[in-house]
Amino acid sequence: MAREIGDIILDLKSVSLSFGGVKALTDISFDVREHEVRAIIGPNGAGKSSMLNVINGVYRPQEGEIVLRGEHFAKMNPYKAACAGIARTFQNIALFKGMSVLDNIMTGRNLKMKANILQQAFRLGAAEREELEHRAKVEEIIDFLEIQHIRKTPVGRLPYGLQKRVDLGRALAMEPQILLLDEPMAGMNVEEKQDMSRFILDVNDQLGTTIVLIEHDMGVVMDISDRVVVLDYGKKIGDGTPDEVRANPEVISAYLGASH
Amino acid sequence: MTVALSGQSTLAPDSQNTFPRLLLAHARTRGERPAVREKDLGIWQSWTWAEAAREVRGMACGLAELGFKRGDRLGIIGDNRPRLYWSMCAAQMLGGIPVPMYQDAVAQEMTFVLQDAGIHIAIVEDQEQVDKLLEVKDQCPDLLHIIYDDPRGLRHYSQPFLHGLDEVIAAGTIHDRNHADFLDDEIAQGKSDDTAIMLYTSGTTGKPKGVCQTHGALIAAAQGGCGFDKLGDTDEVLSYLPMAWVGDNLFSYAQALVAGFTVNCPESGDTVMTDMREIGPTFYFAPPRVFENMLTQVMIRMEDAGALKRRMFHYFMDVAKRCGADILDGKSVPGKERLLYALGQLFVYGPLRNVLGMTRIRVAYTAGAAIGPDLFRFYRSIGINLKQLYGQTETCAYVCLQPDGKIKFDSVGLPAPGVEIKIADNGEILVKGPMVLKEYYQRPDATAESINADGYFMTGDAGFLDEDGHLKIIDRAKDVGKLNNGAMFAPNYIENKLKFFPHIKEAVAFGHDREMVCAFINIDMGAVGNWAERRGIPYSGYVDLAGKPEVLQLIQECIEQVNAELAHDAMVADTQVHRFLVLHKELDPDDDELTRTRKVRRNFISDKYGVLIDALYGGKQNQFIETEVKFEDGRKGKVAADLLIRDLKVFPVAQRRAA
Repeated sequence: MAREIGDIILDLKSVSLSFGGVKALTDISFDVREHEVRAIIGPNGAGKSSMLNVINGVYRPQEGEIVLRGEHFAKMNPYKAACAGIARTFQNIALFKGMSVLDNIMTGRNLKMKANILQQAFRLGAAEREELEHRAKVEEIIDFLEIQHIRKTPVGRLPYGLQKRVDLGRALAMEPQILLLDEPMAGMNVEEKQDMSRFILDVNDQLGTTIVLIEHDMGVVMDISDRVVVLDYGKKIGDGTPDEVRANPEVISAYLGASH
Repeated sequence: MTVALSGQSTLAPDSQNTFPRLLLAHARTRGERPAVREKDLGIWQSWTWAEAAREVRGMACGLAELGFKRGDRLGIIGDNRPRLYWSMCAAQMLGGIPVPMYQDAVAQEMTFVLQDAGIHIAIVEDQEQVDKLLEVKDQCPDLLHIIYDDPRGLRHYSQPFLHGLDEVIAAGTIHDRNHADFLDDEIAQGKSDDTAIMLYTSGTTGKPKGVCQTHGALIAAAQGGCGFDKLGDTDEVLSYLPMAWVGDNLFSYAQALVAGFTVNCPESGDTVMTDMREIGPTFYFAPPRVFENMLTQVMIRMEDAGALKRRMFHYFMDVAKRCGADILDGKSVPGKERLLYALGQLFVYGPLRNVLGMTRIRVAYTAGAAIGPDLFRFYRSIGINLKQLYGQTETCAYVCLQPDGKIKFDSVGLPAPGVEIKIADNGEILVKGPMVLKEYYQRPDATAESINADGYFMTGDAGFLDEDGHLKIIDRAKDVGKLNNGAMFAPNYIENKLKFFPHIKEAVAFGHDREMVCAFINIDMGAVGNWAERRGIPYSGYVDLAGKPEVLQLIQECIEQVNAELAHDAMVADTQVHRFLVLHKELDPDDDELTRTRKVRRNFISDKYGVLIDALYGGKQNQFIETEVKFEDGRKGKVAADLLIRDLKVFPVAQRRAA
């Protein structure tokens, strides 16, 4: 049901990352194709979040490079990543608790705001027009995520599942081409997980956004991903469709803890 | 036999005797005034009468292109969306009959209506409803086309019988431009006694039946109501109740088209409270359940408020209780009370009305079920002109209305203009007038059963006319029973009293042919949960909370309060509740325990929970029960619990008043 999967949009080549003596990622290569849902799974401490942090430039790998739409980045940084159309959500929700849902999502439009500070401060013509455009876009996202009823509610007062949805909304406000989701369903109940899965698939299907996600819930991963890469102790131990990965003996032993 | 008759209603002139003609007349006379508003993407969008008429014409021609013909039924499923209201008028332009259905019904429940009405074309709101229809399409061979309003999520649906409403309107608009006469001819053929709409009764009693109401009946009812409450084209109404409910049809469609006022559609079901505050409707209607929920919300929030605010609230609510309703009715009230009330207006009632979105309300109605007198009094005492009306689907919800200034809490008012009321010997209320149904669709047997030889519709409600000619409803005629000692037992009356407590969501009373009255109680998860949290009572979920001894004690106190009230009135003093239990699951329409309009299905419940009733009357102290439940996604599961049964204090009857 998803869109036709296209060419490789993001390619990670032999990425290694260490913190002092700790090797977080060792020689990891995988690619992400346009419009696909790509999952990264692995036991705790396998390096999944580090991997996402490398992709959007929070961490700089000591070795390897990132190829984004044919452009090589030895050194990515979060600003460059954002400009290149990579948005992300966080494992520990990083929203502005005292601000309303609407304002939080509006912050996701920050990069797209062109009016200068003076124009904004005095609401001059250009700034006002721009504000209206951005507000319209934000409202589309609110409609898309079905959170109209909490539009003006401060985020801190919302239940966890809804906060996660707002987090996703803020990432979507960037109109990203690649969306990185760090455990979008952690701590949710079954119903919230179902809702979230549906929204992720809708984003992928209707907006054509490429999605890279980390998730612990195997059922969810296997259901919604096109391809899965498996990490364990910073190494890649499997890569392929959910069925292939499920049949991979190394993956099974990593998850079930069988002795080698 | 008692007969009450009120003045004749005026008949509509020929140029305005069908809804399409009314629409076109408004487009001519007040073309630039807003007809409909809808909140979309955070902004209220409005359509003028002229724009609405254009859209409806396009839609009508588009439907005609799909093969919709005179007499066809058009299925309509969805929330209150402007285009769904317009589709009703579009169908009527072609001489067709719109059949709105409950949007929250599961697919299987819809098949009955789809089959019974032989629907060829259905207009639905969104993907959710399309999916439901696709699920049952094989069982409904008559269903040829499905038209959807919101295309979201439907991009990959390639079925040839699925059409976007935009395309249908676009094609229709072109058709209308090329053959302008076609639609005008169709509208000209419409007659006042054509069936305008078919509404299915909720089926408290047996299979749903399609009630056919004519243009003439609805317009007469709407004109009567508008004249009675002086509704004009500057009024605003918020439409958020199911379109399949007769009340919504009368208020949001018929009256809007008769008086020309503005209909506002909320953004979604969850935003109604916010939207109401933004719009500030002048005319409002809701079933008692909605008023109950609002009051529960207010009470919960007040419990959480600071001590000063809480004291102020309770003090001024007491003032309001004493004199608020009298002030609203224009009766004489001592100066001191008046002053206190004015202060309360400033500090409590005004802000409270504002929070509820009721600041501008001139008239509010409650209908659909009897409202608890205490609940009713609460709203009137804070200055909201809440009134009761009485009617049913078969009478366009138009039998009795309460006139301003002559409100009696325990009656539903005087016969509405043009309506004749008669009380049969068994206490059943019979009505006659232009608003009585034409027939039940393809059910001559049921039609004959419900309309007697003299042309009276038999409501099935028991009631009587008091000395001022006001109608008092006691209960459903068939529900009114007798205790073994011969005392009248009206379960609804008792249940409504119980449900006034914010902690009690639903109640079912038993007592017919029995020694005493016993009751099942459903707690209100929100209110009782909040109550428990504030007292530090831990609970894991509904079943657990419902079984807590503290909760039982709380409920017991509520019921004993009701018993004390019942003891005051000789008519019902014998029906004090003797024993009760708190059910382990919420009564739910999905489990067939309530109707879609949330009325209790008494017989079904007494069959299903027979073992609990036996335990209540058998003097047991507890009873184990396991019940099957249906989840929202259609899966089934089981809940089990060991329910405790408690005995209640019963009060001696206060001195018998002379009747």
